[in-house]
Amino acid sequence: MDMRLSNRAVLEVRGLTKRFGGLTAVKNLGFDVNGGEIFGLIGPNGSGKSTAMKSVMGIERPTSGEVIFEGENVAGLPAHKIARKGFGMVFQHSRPLNRQTVLENILVALLPDSLFMLFPDKALVERAKWIAERVGLGNVMNRRPPTLPFADLRRLELAKAIARDPKVVLVDEPFAGLTRAEVDIFSDLIRSFRDEGRAVMLVDHNVKSVAALVDRVLAMYLGEEIVTGRADEVMKNETVRRVYLGGAIETHARPETSFKDKVPLLQVENVSVFYGKAQALENVSIHVHEGEFVSIVGLNGAGKTTLFNTISGFLPYSGEIVRGGDRLRGTSPAKIARSGLVQCPESRELFGEMSVRENLDLGGQHLSDDKRAAQLAWLFELFPILKERQGQMAQTLSGGEQQMLAIGRALMMQPQILILDEPTLGLAPVILEQLSKALTKLRQTTSITVLLGEQNVTFALPHADRVYVLEHARIVWEGDPGRFAAEAGADFL
Amino acid sequence: MSTFFTSRLFFISLALVVIAATLPLYVSGYVLGLLTVAFYFGVFAMAWDLLFGFAGEVNFGPTFLIGVGAYTAGILNAQFGWSVYPCIVLGALASVIAGLVLALPALRVRGPYFGLTTLVAVLMLQNFIVVFADLTGGEIGLTIPDVITIDAGANYWIALGFMTISAAILYGLSQSPIGLVLQASGQDPVQAGALGFNIVKHKLAAFIVSAFFSGLSGALLVFYFGTASVGTVVDVAVGVNVIVSAVLGGRRTVLGAALGAIFLIVAGEFLRPTGELATFIVSAVALLVVLFFPGGFLGAALSREARS
Repeated sequence: MDMRLSNRAVLEVRGLTKRFGGLTAVKNLGFDVNGGEIFGLIGPNGSGKSTAMKSVMGIERPTSGEVIFEGENVAGLPAHKIARKGFGMVFQHSRPLNRQTVLENILVALLPDSLFMLFPDKALVERAKWIAERVGLGNVMNRRPPTLPFADLRRLELAKAIARDPKVVLVDEPFAGLTRAEVDIFSDLIRSFRDEGRAVMLVDHNVKSVAALVDRVLAMYLGEEIVTGRADEVMKNETVRRVYLGGAIETHARPETSFKDKVPLLQVENVSVFYGKAQALENVSIHVHEGEFVSIVGLNGAGKTTLFNTISGFLPYSGEIVRGGDRLRGTSPAKIARSGLVQCPESRELFGEMSVRENLDLGGQHLSDDKRAAQLAWLFELFPILKERQGQMAQTLSGGEQQMLAIGRALMMQPQILILDEPTLGLAPVILEQLSKALTKLRQTTSITVLLGEQNVTFALPHADRVYVLEHARIVWEGDPGRFAAEAGADFL
Repeated sequence: MSTFFTSRLFFISLALVVIAATLPLYVSGYVLGLLTVAFYFGVFAMAWDLLFGFAGEVNFGPTFLIGVGAYTAGILNAQFGWSVYPCIVLGALASVIAGLVLALPALRVRGPYFGLTTLVAVLMLQNFIVVFADLTGGEIGLTIPDVITIDAGANYWIALGFMTISAAILYGLSQSPIGLVLQASGQDPVQAGALGFNIVKHKLAAFIVSAFFSGLSGALLVFYFGTASVGTVVDVAVGVNVIVSAVLGGRRTVLGAALGAIFLIVAGEFLRPTGELATFIVSAVALLVVLFFPGGFLGAALSREARS
């Protein structure tokens, strides 16, 4: 049956709304997906795209609205019933059965929802083998998941999702964590689902990464549709551009000689760190003046987080770390943080089940009541959204809000030196702009010394007075951000 | 599944059962008695592992299921004079019904709350037994007039046979398609749901199977002991022993749970000369295994195999 001939869409979504308490994650969303079409649901972090997909699949129960599959409204049914009607979902994070083989993992997806099947059917095993071949797992069928590379684990997720020949395939961030070559292979696989007449729906952060793959795109922001259309049309849309694209890089470096301290506030001298046999830092030397804003740029795995954790006292090292004339070696991480060298870690480490306000109060726990109140008032001026969200549980915030809370909590400790480790990780450009403004304000109105680790150069450069480039555990470049593009930018831009 | 009959695990298990079956020919009645109890405990632990290892639900109250089975069988025999075998069957059925009544509401709550519900159930059962002392024998315990047999060897063989059959069924179930689905639901309920599996239905089934074997084993145990008392089949401490056995033997292995139970009971007995210290030493060993080899005896071996 060629579903492209039928004039009714396989999947019709009408007025889909999902509320979590007072937060409306998806607001009155509507779209159609036809058989033989790849439809993209695109939006920055916290825009509600994942919630929309989960509501279609029945993992989240929609607050209102209709999800019509081949003329039947399935909204409100539990996920397992929706799945049996002809839906398959490819999850981004997989937790395969590690004691079973790849083939057995695929077999699980083929089993009926019955308590009376004690022996798997021969036909099912044959079908599982066929699916394994189909997604390129033919050679590793009898291996167990822990021995497989990441890309093969993603293939396994695809295999499970299409096992029972669904008419609608939902894919959550199809290319997360894949290399460029793997992206091509996965694109071909997803196209082949379309060519078999399935309706494919993708969820992703930005249009560009899926532009070559999708037939139509719905861009959403803050739970609502901005525009629906072909990828190139959507990319031209004014609102989409404003949501996504930051400005050109402007740098505002202050020369190093303008900082008054003769001996830098923080000196890292010839520091080396090993994880077992692997060297994570090799003779790294950096210095930071009082009030200076220093960015350390480097790709994933270059050693940024290791450097910050070493400075914060979490790791054993050789070499010296000197702050204000005192060697930090032997000082506990808690003491270092309390004395004003505060790290806001990459993983944020919020207290998820505490409210926003409680997280902030914990940061300012050592302050007297009126000082804490003053610090809080100043912080709410810097991040107004946190004031609105005070009573909300931290884990229910969007990614961008969580990052602001993490920075806010660090600032409540009244740091002299603030270490920000990859604050932009996984955030949409609109959030970056807000963060960027906050950093500008921080730089202009306070004397806080900032050490920023980033792989996003467009975010790291505008604020920086000085830049270090960290590559494979070593500092390979140091200098003025204005010279960065010419001398070291090739690897990043 | 078919590969199991040619696997090393099968031959090792077979050899162990054959050796165990010959024990009455050359060991004392004292050792046989000890192992008889250990085998019934082995079934408790295996039934518990089906829930924890596969369905991913921590049942803190295994003795609720065991106790209902044991006391139902005991009361029917002692108070109503029913003969032994109907009592055993009804004990197992009562346990299934009690398990169903407990699990239906309890499976609706997630994570630690399920465990807490099961724990409260044990306390309620314990209280019920003490309050309705006329029926249940109260704190002193219930004396049971009938036994299956008084021959130590026969009792031993019954227990061994029962454990072997239970192990075969529970292990088979864990390796069957149902076991796979259960394992998937335990690990990632969201994905299992999206693959089209009714997770509550599967977990409920696992709970019923677990209840059946717990209750059956509990009923058999009272007819071996000749008494039913809170301290032997209901107390929270007994439940903790069952849990520790299963974790010691290895989560998600079923057979390991039986090994763990036998180890725990035999070790406790060997250390009896140390008096009060015995429980302490056994608990310390268990704690060390849980802390440093969380996979347990069999789990460590199996996961090494999985990585290779």
